[in-house]
Amino acid sequence: MTRVTRALDSDLMYSFRRTPGAMIAAALSCALILGAVLAPVIAPHDPFDPSGLSILDNFLPPAWDAAGDPRFLLGTEDQGRDLLSAMLYGLRVSLAVGFASVIFALILGVTLGLIAGYAGGWADNLIMRAADIQMTFPAILIALLLAGIFRGTAAHGASGAGPLALLVFSIGLSFWVQYARTVRGSVLIEANREYVLAARLIGISAPAILIRHILPNVMGPVLVIATINLALAIIIEATLSFLGVGVPPGSPSLGTLIRVGNDYLFSGEWWITLFPGAVLGVLALSVNLFGDWLRDALNPRLG
Amino acid sequence: MISFLLSRAVQAIATMLMVTLIAFVLFRYVGDPVNQMVGIETSLADRAKLREDLGLNDPMPVQYARFLVRAARFDFGTSYQQKESVAVLIGARLPATLELSLISVVFAIAAGVPLGVLAGLHPRSLAARAFMALSLLGVSLPTFLIGILLIFVFSVHLGWLPSFGRGQTVQIGGWSTGLLTASGWRSIILPAITLGLFQMTLIMRLVRAEIMEVLRTDYIKFARARGLPDRIVHFGHALRNTLIPVITVTGLQIGSIIAFSIITETVFQWPGMGLLFLQAVQNADVPVMAAYLMLIAALFVTINLAVDLLYMAVDPRIRIGRAAA
Repeated sequence: MTRVTRALDSDLMYSFRRTPGAMIAAALSCALILGAVLAPVIAPHDPFDPSGLSILDNFLPPAWDAAGDPRFLLGTEDQGRDLLSAMLYGLRVSLAVGFASVIFALILGVTLGLIAGYAGGWADNLIMRAADIQMTFPAILIALLLAGIFRGTAAHGASGAGPLALLVFSIGLSFWVQYARTVRGSVLIEANREYVLAARLIGISAPAILIRHILPNVMGPVLVIATINLALAIIIEATLSFLGVGVPPGSPSLGTLIRVGNDYLFSGEWWITLFPGAVLGVLALSVNLFGDWLRDALNPRLG
Repeated sequence: MISFLLSRAVQAIATMLMVTLIAFVLFRYVGDPVNQMVGIETSLADRAKLREDLGLNDPMPVQYARFLVRAARFDFGTSYQQKESVAVLIGARLPATLELSLISVVFAIAAGVPLGVLAGLHPRSLAARAFMALSLLGVSLPTFLIGILLIFVFSVHLGWLPSFGRGQTVQIGGWSTGLLTASGWRSIILPAITLGLFQMTLIMRLVRAEIMEVLRTDYIKFARARGLPDRIVHFGHALRNTLIPVITVTGLQIGSIIAFSIITETVFQWPGMGLLFLQAVQNADVPVMAAYLMLIAALFVTINLAVDLLYMAVDPRIRIGRAAA
């Protein structure tokens, strides 16, 4: 088994070394993820410490501008927070929501896919018809409508983990279908293999067969979809936050920062929007490129 | 063939029933409709009477059926926020969204097809590679970011084009159009590019792939062997055969364009249905939200059904395959 994984790894590594685009994308993604994880350590200021904020420092341009302040490398935003620090913390929120949504969608989709594929019958019919219906609408529209409904119906101005959880729920629910379809297809093939028949013959229960025997054999394509979905989840989160139905302003994500900065674009404070926008663009692009490469390298059939 | 038709129709109806049910639950159980309609000094007896008159005490299936009948007549109730009929509000915003979507589709086709042909005929040329790289950027970047960048460059920096609103509009019957004034046209350029960019890259990549595919076929070789000039081979023979998938994809994208206009309309403060929906969300204006939800769902279901029917008309394999199954 270890030999097999090692061989797979080396194939993958070979393809990786031969693809400069994938290497650059991976390096950029890793750098951004590292920056987000280490935000409390490397951020020059703590943007959420009110005692460290001075409203007199607001709207300072980047340090290289004549009016800039060397304390704030990329300038400050409307409340006098250091933009670089706010962006690092924002990146944290964006990535956290992105990862959480993908994991939620993955668990939901894989579970439903396993059930649909293995149980068949009316359960399969119900799940797959629901998937068909959802496939009619684009993911971002479903997330937007769900987040909008939650936002419109929940208490206004609620803070804490509630809005974030609802956001993860909205985004995750918008793309479980892909996982369910892929897993169901694989399960239909695997369920008739000899090892599954043998497991059934010695009396192992259906859930145990699904989780311990079938699941490991259908996870490959699922992980590829998850990587590609991560970029999409980050984009959806940023879009919802920009529209004001995403992350609450108390813990700004990149999208929230762009939303705030957008109000000041015309009064000349371009940096508040454009720097978070650039980070978001680089993040989405690099995760996308890395996912594309992974898909081609691991499973050309998925195309 | 009939079973295929039936299954599609059943699916469309199921989708609409599900969406209307969600809209109904929203409409009926989120916030109290009576509280939204009366003032604080209304007596409890008056409230109870109003509740009875509105039929809010009837069994739920009866209420849902009534809701469906009303929705089918475009009676979506009264906006909590603006105290006006939701149908009138949406009707007033409809032209803005439809005009924006139309110009976006025109832009996507007018720019996407020639660029795709160029990239397909000369895949190794510098221009083709540059456009492919740019299209990757267009696919990866979120729509709202592209809108902000366009505003920054063309409105803030260069000052060429307006960044918000529709400009001057002309009223023709019940339809307010911005396409008859110069300021209306100037206003629509940036939002239409923002909204249509994704579809443009999609069309461009599709045309490029199709052209490269078609150029390898025998009938192109024969056309060349007959000594036809390149121009006729490329545009008369190759391009014409790529257009069927392009038309299909574009048709399928119309729903997306209208849905995605929520984002573009917010960036550019374009007074369309998307902006209305987003404002309704921010004000918890449930009747507007419910109506928009049903409208968008109806749009998508209709488009998908139409595409399925068209496929069936065009492609005999679907008819035969389904009939045999």
